[in-house]
Amino acid sequence: METSASRASLLELKGITKRFPGVLALSNVSLSVGQAEVVALIGENGAGKSTLMKTLGGVHQPDEGEIFFDGKPVTIAKVADAIGLGIGFVHQELNVLDNLDVASNVYLGREPLVGGPMRLVNQRRMWTESETYLKRLGLTISPKTPVRELSIAQQQMVEIAKALSQNARVIIMDEPTSSLTLAETDRLLATIKDLRNSDVSVIYISHRLGEIEQIADRAVALRDGQNAGELARADVKHEKMVALMVGRKLEDLFVQGKGPQERGYFQVEGLRTPYRPHHRISFDVASGEILGFAGLVGAGRSEMAQAIFGVEPPLEGTVRLGGQELKIASAREAIDAGIYLVPEDRRQTGLITSMTIRENITLPGLERYSPGMMISRAQEEEVSKREVEALRVKTPSIETRAMNLSGGNQQKVVLGKWLSLQPKLMIFDEPTRGIDVGAKAEIYRLMRELADRGVAIIMISSDMEEVLGVSDRIAVMHEGDITGFLPRAQFSEKAIMSLATGRKVP
Amino acid sequence: MKKELGITILLVALCAITTALNPRFLGQANLENMARLIGMYGIFSIGMGLVIITGGIDLSIGSIFALQGVILVIMLRGWNFPWPIAVLASVIGVMLLGAMHGWFISKIRMQPFIVTLCGLLFYRGMARFIANDETKGFGSTGFDELRQLATGSIGPVPMPFVLLILIGIIAYILLHRSVFGRYLYAVGRNEDAARYSGINSQMIILGTYVVEMLLVAIGGILVAFYTNSISPANHGSSYELYAIAAAVLGGCSLRGGEGSILGIVIGTALLQVLQNLVNLLGIPSSLNFAVMGAVIFLGVLVDQVSGQRKKKQQVPTPAPIASTPTAMAN
Repeated sequence: METSASRASLLELKGITKRFPGVLALSNVSLSVGQAEVVALIGENGAGKSTLMKTLGGVHQPDEGEIFFDGKPVTIAKVADAIGLGIGFVHQELNVLDNLDVASNVYLGREPLVGGPMRLVNQRRMWTESETYLKRLGLTISPKTPVRELSIAQQQMVEIAKALSQNARVIIMDEPTSSLTLAETDRLLATIKDLRNSDVSVIYISHRLGEIEQIADRAVALRDGQNAGELARADVKHEKMVALMVGRKLEDLFVQGKGPQERGYFQVEGLRTPYRPHHRISFDVASGEILGFAGLVGAGRSEMAQAIFGVEPPLEGTVRLGGQELKIASAREAIDAGIYLVPEDRRQTGLITSMTIRENITLPGLERYSPGMMISRAQEEEVSKREVEALRVKTPSIETRAMNLSGGNQQKVVLGKWLSLQPKLMIFDEPTRGIDVGAKAEIYRLMRELADRGVAIIMISSDMEEVLGVSDRIAVMHEGDITGFLPRAQFSEKAIMSLATGRKVP
Repeated sequence: MKKELGITILLVALCAITTALNPRFLGQANLENMARLIGMYGIFSIGMGLVIITGGIDLSIGSIFALQGVILVIMLRGWNFPWPIAVLASVIGVMLLGAMHGWFISKIRMQPFIVTLCGLLFYRGMARFIANDETKGFGSTGFDELRQLATGSIGPVPMPFVLLILIGIIAYILLHRSVFGRYLYAVGRNEDAARYSGINSQMIILGTYVVEMLLVAIGGILVAFYTNSISPANHGSSYELYAIAAAVLGGCSLRGGEGSILGIVIGTALLQVLQNLVNLLGIPSSLNFAVMGAVIFLGVLVDQVSGQRKKKQQVPTPAPIASTPTAMAN
């Protein structure tokens, strides 16, 4: 094993443990990064990658464990400490301020001053110095360019330039390619190699195992907040990484059902969304079927769901449910037709978190419980109590505000909103994101029960295991198009990844 | 309910202090006068409160009072319209302005502050232009029905206060018992989630601005006949600020989604008591605004600080660890 041992170890985390109320997020995790080494950090959603990186960035303090930098023990109590040590971050959600120009972003918070009591910014120095970093990254844009005029890939480069200007010796990149095109991804990977050649180390977090194969000197896997093994350069191969990441068998989480009943129960033809007006989507879902939608972030799956549900009405296309063509111009029409969406972001779009469970559950069907447009409190209580019991929402009362519930229970309340009505097609967008395993199992079971009752189900998920385990059939999207459908017999992570990156199934 | 309780205590305390220092506070004339003002201000403050609950604001109310007042005088005295027609026309006209504000805010997505700030300037300018910048009066006789609304009483209770109670009850039912009210809170707090629940948020917002303007129009008629003459340059000036103050004191959050009719009414009463207190206690009337500003500030500050302390004490509900045995057993 040629690992960090052969290189001078620049950064070492030893026995890091981090607890959140009720959750052990990291348990005795270790990670070392050598000088000029690209280390890939792999693991499923919720494996603890982000938490680990946040302890490096000074956002979280570990409850136990030590961090060594250049062989010396260090404490990273705040973000400034991380920057001071030479640890730079390039976040998944870019942290650039798009109302400022490139140079102002690079030097944000550390602006060179002219001096004097007015603390005037030395614009000229900021421009010339940021230009050297841009050049080093092969960027030809002017430092005076407003960031909003840059592409996502260029904005990312601005973040890297910022890290370099802070003399970063380790740069952490969290899913840096999730919104890049293939060509942009290649350029970023080349940049990472250049960084390595100039003695900068990179911790690279990505779900795209192909990229990791290309650039990683070593891959470290996390699973359920623990080290799950690591792979040296020669072993950084797709199958081996997946084996480390998934590890346990989760088959018992997933329940098989009766399967598809009435074919073509829900049909979408030539759907164009405002988000990707030049692409058309067509597919159908049988009643009783769970159609999984796989694809990379930004493939257009959520936008498709929002179009079908009418919150971002489609530009064109026909939607049929049970043979009837629907005209969907707003969520109201979709809801009246029995099409419901459990959205991706339950705190922003799924729930009104300052309202009570009762108010949330009855919101979409309120008019049914309101004779003469006056709300019947008795009916409201009856309906919400019924759903809370059926879904086993753990709460002291239906008058508890949704914000005081855990993620899993919040998601159940979102489900309760819809189950209190009569679903015909349910769209689940990332239904178990940020939810613990127990609640996950319950949600899978509920989805299957709904399907067996004849509901057609669309499940959008970026969790590979979930897509493979829950779906009866999988549709894969890539940049706004459905690139293929996989029947159960052809389910494999490899096939999904190929289709998701725009290639054909091997 | 907690918020209303807080300011009710403040209201009672202020009344008690004022009475102790000057027993004239509880004199019939003083109480009647206060009740009349609370009635007038309360009606349009409720309108403002509804708009604030949508997350909006309306800065144009005072200018609308001026414009509506000027046009009322012209219709009644210049054109000799029968009063019911003049009133109806002015109410409908003001409601149309509300619909227009609501349309710009909900459909075009302009910011309520900007739309109504422009309204504040525009309507004031129009009022002055139409009136030739001259004070217009209803005269000393005629229009008794309308005068009664503003200056009359039922027994000892001034008409505007009676109207406020009636309107308050209707508004209470609308906001706290009807589907529209629930949607109003939902849209005000989280418009995205409301849309994802099938609520037509644009119609709710537009509708609220129309309802608000109905209350403003009623308030405007009362104010016009209370003053009996409209000087277009300053009639109703800064009344929108009293309404905002009453609503905020009463528990409406400018972030939207919070507030109650009872709170707004109590907030209005509190403001009027403050004004009265300045007069009765011989505080120089030039300090009037300073007293009002300080008390509103303190009220909101106490609410904010106690709210934050409470949040800190609240331990985050622990996420349940891994499994839920009952569910797994299934």
